[in-house]
Amino acid sequence: MLKIKNLEAGYDKLKVLKGISLHVNSGEIVTILGANGAGKSTLLNTIASLVKPTEGEVRFKGRNVQTARPDYMVTNGCALVPEGRQLFPAMTVRENLILGAYTLYGRRDKKIANEYLSEIYSMFPVLDARKSQLAGTLSGGEQQMVAIGRALMSGPDLLLMDEPSMGLAPIIVKTIFKAVLTLRARGKTILIVEQNARAVLEIADRGYVMETGMLVIEGDAGELLNNNDVKRAYLGRDYKEFTD
Amino acid sequence: MKKYLPVMLLAGTVIIIQLLTLITGKGFLLTQLTMSTWYVIAALGLCMVMGYAGQISLGQAGFFAIGGYTTAVLSTIDFSARTGTSVFSFFDSLGLLLTRQTIYGDTVIYLSPWAALIAAILIAGLTAWGLGVPVLKLRGHYLGMATMGFGIIVNRIVVGTKIFGEADGISNVPPFKMFPGFEISGKVGFRVGNYYFAWLVVIIALILLINLINSRAGRALKALHGSEDAADAMGVNTARCKTAVFIIGAVLAAVAGFFMTHYNGGIGPSESSVIKSVRYVSIVAVGGMANIWGTLIMGMLLNFLSLRGVFGHFDDAVFGIILVLMMMFMPDGFIRKEVFYSIKTLFRGKK
Repeated sequence: MLKIKNLEAGYDKLKVLKGISLHVNSGEIVTILGANGAGKSTLLNTIASLVKPTEGEVRFKGRNVQTARPDYMVTNGCALVPEGRQLFPAMTVRENLILGAYTLYGRRDKKIANEYLSEIYSMFPVLDARKSQLAGTLSGGEQQMVAIGRALMSGPDLLLMDEPSMGLAPIIVKTIFKAVLTLRARGKTILIVEQNARAVLEIADRGYVMETGMLVIEGDAGELLNNNDVKRAYLGRDYKEFTD
Repeated sequence: MKKYLPVMLLAGTVIIIQLLTLITGKGFLLTQLTMSTWYVIAALGLCMVMGYAGQISLGQAGFFAIGGYTTAVLSTIDFSARTGTSVFSFFDSLGLLLTRQTIYGDTVIYLSPWAALIAAILIAGLTAWGLGVPVLKLRGHYLGMATMGFGIIVNRIVVGTKIFGEADGISNVPPFKMFPGFEISGKVGFRVGNYYFAWLVVIIALILLINLINSRAGRALKALHGSEDAADAMGVNTARCKTAVFIIGAVLAAVAGFFMTHYNGGIGPSESSVIKSVRYVSIVAVGGMANIWGTLIMGMLLNFLSLRGVFGHFDDAVFGIILVLMMMFMPDGFIRKEVFYSIKTLFRGKK
């Protein structure tokens, strides 16, 4: 589905990604763990073509897309749930969702968009109840659901999620990650960037650990959960217990 | 059909106002009403750019002036001295050359304003495109500064260039004879006709804008206003959207400037001044930013009062004060639902 080779990207003179190589197979849930400032969000934004790479290759569905425009990526089935949700606060929930279907148009597409809309409502019933409420007035968890729903409205095959658990209560995080599993069962491929390592490794198939713009560890989710370095850095156990 | 109900109400109001001026014998008021209407069209253009797409533009008067000066220059060229040249025969073969008598009884051959109208739209649109592509990459007050710079440039070019009449502006602009029996001019006989024609243009513009706002493109504009990064991530081509709405705003202003110039029979450099741009901004702000109806109502009211001389010497100051007060106390504008609700509860009492 997605294959990245030696990817380098950044902002002006600041190089954030220093040679990233990874792959995501069809139907997988892959996670990228890392601390603040490691470059996780930049990586997702580069895949979504919002940031242009300076070096390297991004292949999506077998096509080189490193120079594509953001709307090409959305049209061809790669949607981003941006960091911090980035909803349109002055628009209603329904308007926000419909905007996600911006790249679909024409009469036939309208029918498809309506199908997607009812699918999202059945997945997150609370959104149906609040569809005419302004998105800015929702709680954090509900806003995250709108953000996910909005990305799903373009009918993506690959869903990029940037810190979906950010600022949410543990029980809401559980609901969100359950929805991610449902999405995988419906045939979506998902790439999640997270800091909440324990929660995301429970649902992921594979994971990478990112540090200062490079991927330092790669492995199955179970392996990572038991990896001492990961435990020490991200699972908050006592440092000594694992170094002895 | 429901979304056109306000438009029909508007058409009814327009007719009632005309009949009222007829009954009370104050037909002269229609002159200022017509002029306000042309200004309102320029304000509606800015409402799309600023209110809906969220792009601050302090150069709207520049586009108004481009429309006005294009026709003022083109339709005052006397072609009778140029008979036999290739330019003459080119326009003549298209039937675009007309003759008229000046007040001194000389016969003048001039270019049809229809050609000037097309030129005005093209020049304004191309200028907006050329300006918009680089400048709309800026955000917030940087964009405001850049567009204000554009407004100042237009103003200084107009004041400093001979063919634009320098500080005197251009007078003697011929009437625009649109079809037999009707012309855009300040003559008393065409006052009622001009009033209705101006409103016809407003209504056409409103219908187009309402459809645009409620379309997929309109949603993209609103999204752009909310968060440009998120709009990008949704696959909205934000650069193209911004440029397109900027061009729409500029063309509306140029059309307004074009008709106003023929209506007044001339145009002066004050139409291109930055103060005029600030006026448009304060009208859109009072109207509630993303609210074409608010812009329409407040634009009519304020321009009419201003043209009647109610504000006296403080004309420009009044618009400045309005803008300051609006930003301080009512940043969401005056014409909006909440204000009507509070007026309603005022009369009904609290529930």
